[in-house]
Amino acid sequence: MSILVNAETRLLVQGITGSAGSFHAKQCMEYGTNLVAGVTPGKGGQLFEGKVPIFDTVEQAMKATGANASVVFVPPPFAADSIMEAAEAKMPLVITITEGIPVNDMVKAKRYLQGTGTRLIGPNCPGVITPGGKCKIGIMPGHIHKPGRIGVVSRSGTLTYEAVFQLTSLGLGQSTAVGIGGDPVNGTNFIDVLKLFNDDPETDAVIMIGEIGGSAEEEAAAWVQANFKKPIAGFIAGASAPPGKRMGHAGAIIAGGKGTAAEKVKAMSAAGYVMAASPSELGTTLQEAMKRKGMKA
Amino acid sequence: MKIHEYQGKQIFKKYGVPVPRGIVVRSADDAEKAAKELGTKVTVVKAQIHAGGRGKGGGVKLAKSPAEARTIASQILGMMLKTVQTGPEGQKVQTLYIEEGLDIDKEFYLGVTLDRATSRITFMASTEGGVEIEEVAEKHPEKILREAVDPAVGFQPFQGRKLAYGLGLSGDSVNAFVKFCTALYRAYMETDAALAEINPLVRLKDGSILALDSKMTFDDNALYRQKEVVEMRDIAEEDEREAKAKEFDLAYIALSGNIGCMVNGAGLAMATMDTIKLVGGEPANFLDVGGGATKEKVTAAFKLILADPAVKAVLVNIFGGIMKCDVIAEGIVAAAKEVQLKIPLVVRLEGTNVELGKKILANSGLKITPADNLRQAAEKAVAALKS
Repeated sequence: MSILVNAETRLLVQGITGSAGSFHAKQCMEYGTNLVAGVTPGKGGQLFEGKVPIFDTVEQAMKATGANASVVFVPPPFAADSIMEAAEAKMPLVITITEGIPVNDMVKAKRYLQGTGTRLIGPNCPGVITPGGKCKIGIMPGHIHKPGRIGVVSRSGTLTYEAVFQLTSLGLGQSTAVGIGGDPVNGTNFIDVLKLFNDDPETDAVIMIGEIGGSAEEEAAAWVQANFKKPIAGFIAGASAPPGKRMGHAGAIIAGGKGTAAEKVKAMSAAGYVMAASPSELGTTLQEAMKRKGMKA
Repeated sequence: MKIHEYQGKQIFKKYGVPVPRGIVVRSADDAEKAAKELGTKVTVVKAQIHAGGRGKGGGVKLAKSPAEARTIASQILGMMLKTVQTGPEGQKVQTLYIEEGLDIDKEFYLGVTLDRATSRITFMASTEGGVEIEEVAEKHPEKILREAVDPAVGFQPFQGRKLAYGLGLSGDSVNAFVKFCTALYRAYMETDAALAEINPLVRLKDGSILALDSKMTFDDNALYRQKEVVEMRDIAEEDEREAKAKEFDLAYIALSGNIGCMVNGAGLAMATMDTIKLVGGEPANFLDVGGGATKEKVTAAFKLILADPAVKAVLVNIFGGIMKCDVIAEGIVAAAKEVQLKIPLVVRLEGTNVELGKKILANSGLKITPADNLRQAAEKAVAALKS
């Protein structure tokens, strides 16, 4: 098993004819993801790579192909609209890679999702991958992953790759790696993903990677302390970031003295995380967390 | 993106948020004229820089006559105004805003921004106006009233009344405040603001409600649809290199250290700075070259980093995922040659085709110090400074 995506996932790519969409759709297919449909308004009836049917709307695509997850590569001005279109069509899982969506658009889209059965991952994230199910949905390099029993959840793309690469080098495979994205408004937060990992019998331990800005890490730490049963390692990026400056990610900013790395590290350590001092030690820190709980790593 | 107080008030006015009368000037002569034209007993001379804390820094002063407005203006114009937000060198004052004096009865705080925990635009109001709101939030969180707006229906009058009564307003001031908030919400949403802060908001002796100050910032991701806001941009207030970086689609932030950093990915870039600090060094910048670290981008990034005279070594940390390490290595070599790099360069590459990439770096004829992981790279960069 795994969380969110697996061998049964039938993927739809929204924005499949754009440069990012077509490039990564091909990469996902090569990894083994079951890509069943694409959507680009006005290009319905065409085929992608000579085999994947393209539709004008998400609704048509789902009806014709039984797609049960979608990935959004649509450019920022139109991305929130695409998310809402997928929700309206009752798509269970929508993973949004697009970076740079206006905040107010996401505030509205998130409100629109309330009460629907749709789970949104992202935006501004690398996606979700379950190596054991040969299911890669997003822009992460597939070959650094290895099937296994460690869960990874992160706000940062490249730091996720860093964690996965170290795990794989240590012989520790991954059940599922989830990028929740670096924007201030996202669909799925740390706690949502940690709940899924907690309940997944095939995940033994988890690495959680956060960064400065907001209070999602502190909230996750409080939840972990009360509920999480598995070994957990953590890292927070941005200890050296100056206040009031947005560090690349729209959500990575220390504002009004809040959202500092020091506060987050303190909250997570107190909640039972084993914290990595540097991102070079993500893998070994997880091993340490597993050993402390009497597990072989 | 940030704008000046007077520009924020222009936006307020357009949306019906009441503001005092004021005139923008750039000379002492015009300051005197403006004070005369406003015609109030006292006028306020306010330095226009993007940083907050202007009052405490000596950038906001009362003038009891047009002649005094002139004197004050001549003192403030051209000065390097230092506030808690400007950094030690301060920010040069080139513009003043001359405002009418008012009969103020009470000061409040009002702010509108995104509450990340609820994903809702949220109003925050407090009776502790005119002081550092962060301090109030820290010591007396109960003194800050909050109203989250449902984006489906927008700001509702009952929310304005709750805030008004919570602030102790009564009589005509209640309705005036509700109207004020409704107009402010429209201004916020329609300009894609990220923050609209009024500190202080004032009730005058006649019961009316006015924005005595205005601080607005905007969502950079939405600027493509906000032409009027973009026209308000004041490049003189921005860090030159940060503005230059935007042209190349690079995320760059200048810091005070001496080890220049070039990294792909915002999280990894922050973590690289952290690691430099962890091993006893000081990062000179944050720089995310993005997923596609092409030769053009890497060259632009090198130029940016080297434009900072404090930089004595450069650390490149790239995790080559989709973009292969050999392609990145070729880009680094070509860029280093083009900019004729003379200071130590430490490169840590990881990911696809890493061996091939390392070979390209080793055979480049350049003095490049390779590193196997981030901590080692940071240690080597710090060591390079000492040799």
